[in-house]
Amino acid sequence: MNPKDNIADIRLEIDRSLSEGFVQAAAVRMGDLWQLEQGSSTAAFLVSRIEKLRGLLNLTRLRVAILRSYTLEPVIPLLRAAAFRFRIDTEVQVGDYNTYMQEVLDPNSSLYRFAPDVVIVAVRLADLALELWQGYSGLEPAAVQDAVQRVCRTLEELIRSFRERSHAALIVHTMEQPTQTAFGVLDLQVGNSQSEAIQAINRELRRIAQQHRGVYVLDYENLIARHGRLLWQDERKLLTVGLPIAAHGLIHLANEWLRFLVPLSGRIAKALVVDLDNTVWGGVIGEDGMTGIKLGPDHPEAAYQNLQRALLDVSRRGILLAICSKNNREDAMEVLEKHRGMLLRPADFAAMRINWNDKVQGIREIAAELNIGFDSVAFLDDNPFEREQVRRELPDVMLIDLPKEPMQYAFAVRDFQAFERLSLSSEDRERNLLYSKQRDRDRAEEEFQSKEDFYRYLQQEADIEQVTSSTIARIAQLTQKTNQFNLTTHRYNEQQIAEMVSNPVWEVLSVRVKDRFGDHGLVGVAITHDERDTCEIDTFLLSCRVIGRSLETALLSHIAQCAAARGRKHLAGWFLPTKKNTPAAEFYARSGFQCQPSDNTGQRWIFNLEDGQIRCPEWIRLNIFEGGRV
Amino acid sequence: MNGVRNEHERASRNNVLERVRQIVSDVFAVPLERVDATSSPETIEAWDSMQHLNLVLAVEDTFDLQFTPEEMELMRNVKQIVTVVELRK
Repeated sequence: MNPKDNIADIRLEIDRSLSEGFVQAAAVRMGDLWQLEQGSSTAAFLVSRIEKLRGLLNLTRLRVAILRSYTLEPVIPLLRAAAFRFRIDTEVQVGDYNTYMQEVLDPNSSLYRFAPDVVIVAVRLADLALELWQGYSGLEPAAVQDAVQRVCRTLEELIRSFRERSHAALIVHTMEQPTQTAFGVLDLQVGNSQSEAIQAINRELRRIAQQHRGVYVLDYENLIARHGRLLWQDERKLLTVGLPIAAHGLIHLANEWLRFLVPLSGRIAKALVVDLDNTVWGGVIGEDGMTGIKLGPDHPEAAYQNLQRALLDVSRRGILLAICSKNNREDAMEVLEKHRGMLLRPADFAAMRINWNDKVQGIREIAAELNIGFDSVAFLDDNPFEREQVRRELPDVMLIDLPKEPMQYAFAVRDFQAFERLSLSSEDRERNLLYSKQRDRDRAEEEFQSKEDFYRYLQQEADIEQVTSSTIARIAQLTQKTNQFNLTTHRYNEQQIAEMVSNPVWEVLSVRVKDRFGDHGLVGVAITHDERDTCEIDTFLLSCRVIGRSLETALLSHIAQCAAARGRKHLAGWFLPTKKNTPAAEFYARSGFQCQPSDNTGQRWIFNLEDGQIRCPEWIRLNIFEGGRV
Repeated sequence: MNGVRNEHERASRNNVLERVRQIVSDVFAVPLERVDATSSPETIEAWDSMQHLNLVLAVEDTFDLQFTPEEMELMRNVKQIVTVVELRK
């Protein structure tokens, strides 16, 4: 967002966009307005505009019912405005004061007629058991126990009854502590402590919630503590209009509700794309170097370690981390691998784009690689220019607004509701495992002194097989898709492959590759045909997943050996250059082929099978399968 | 000196009025041009007791204030809201 943005101008722009039908533009500016000014006035403005966007924008509808013992109506517009940022359109029904039990018990109550997706229970201890809140010092210990039990049983009955009657998620607030306890400092010295009685209720509430599916505890007591109990309360408004919360606290309650509502609505971030310079570490590695960047346990560089801790915590909830950074890859990798202050290592990232392409391009590639939509991607970058570009070109990507002060970065990440999870699914964990395996492979390559050491470590096995009816589709697909390590880029469909196979001078071979990290599947194809004393290589390709591991040499050695066994004297092939196949350009030269007089479409290469041989690298085990003819 | 201060005070008073008008326009969803110093529950249909609470909270939020119930009672039209805010600032 442009720092010079003026609130009045944004409001005008929103209304102009809406009247002209530019809903996406209006929605983006509505998000900007909310970032700039989160308050009741802005919320009211936004709510009336959200109504106009219904049906025009891809919003997730969420019906929220609130059971309460105090005034919460003023929080509703704030909740609706804050939820809009996550493209959630909330419809809220607030129950009458203190009728929560009847509403839960009566299957025909307005609660169930509303058919909520989520129900929030916000009840004050004073309304459940006044004696625990006021006049506590006059209570006998047994009376305290009675009151605590009564409150717990009420909560238990409410939760159990609701669960029997509805599948909606249930969120129950914990009980808040008083600002000043009845006993003063004595409270923690006596057996019948007031604060302990309230804690006991909250502990029991947690236990009950854990026994039911879809019941969650919102730590209201902690929310108040976080924001400062004395500032949170407004005793006068409690007495006059039933609202115990000061005006500035209302937005915090709305945001706390959202920590549950965002994951319940499914509008979560599945991946977090982070910048490196001045985000994950202080300074610019390309300019400041390994010793110059700020990263360590002391002030001020601790801010970046704090952020890294937050990123690690988030990733352990199953959120994939990815890097999108404008840097020389080697410079950045050196920090990621070797800097003593780094808490994150290459293995913690599911994808990396460290190059000089723009970030929009990087995020596009990362989303494609991780196979997730842009609306599941969150983006963290200190640079307002990059954020603005991403916001404009990829409006679905969730931007995390970084505070100016790096010490606040970690808070911003932990505070972002789209990183909340209400449970950890096994899919999330397994997905992380898969990506980290791929990362392990990359890391192993980086750790070895020489390529050969790395190849040996990989323990590669290549199964070379003649085409079969079960591999023909994949072989055709590889000729269609493979662009990089592809010497001729001849595209074939299944039918064309089948015709080759029916001709006895043609050979169609597939390569399947395994290594210590797992099975890559069918990733290579070679097609040859014999012409007099020459074996002609028509097609030779490897999927980009396995480029640069000397598999091409193993495959070529097999072709040469077979051709020699059939009595051919030469092995020959074309390199036909395209925009993308430079990785294969040097292959024939490297393998000992001689360049022949060529034409302007490509280079012709030939190898004399009588003069020498092509060896399979010793670190690749070849398994040859005859296969059946199709 | 005095002239400068008066000038400044007038600007700040206008500013409070403008901000209160904007809040009233937002909270009751009426166009800004329809809100002036005399706007009140009599001229704005949506201005009921619950919306009045929303209005008070929005004003508190905007000016970082906390009003007493007595002050809330006084805030019966835009001009009175401006007066209450200015007395507190």
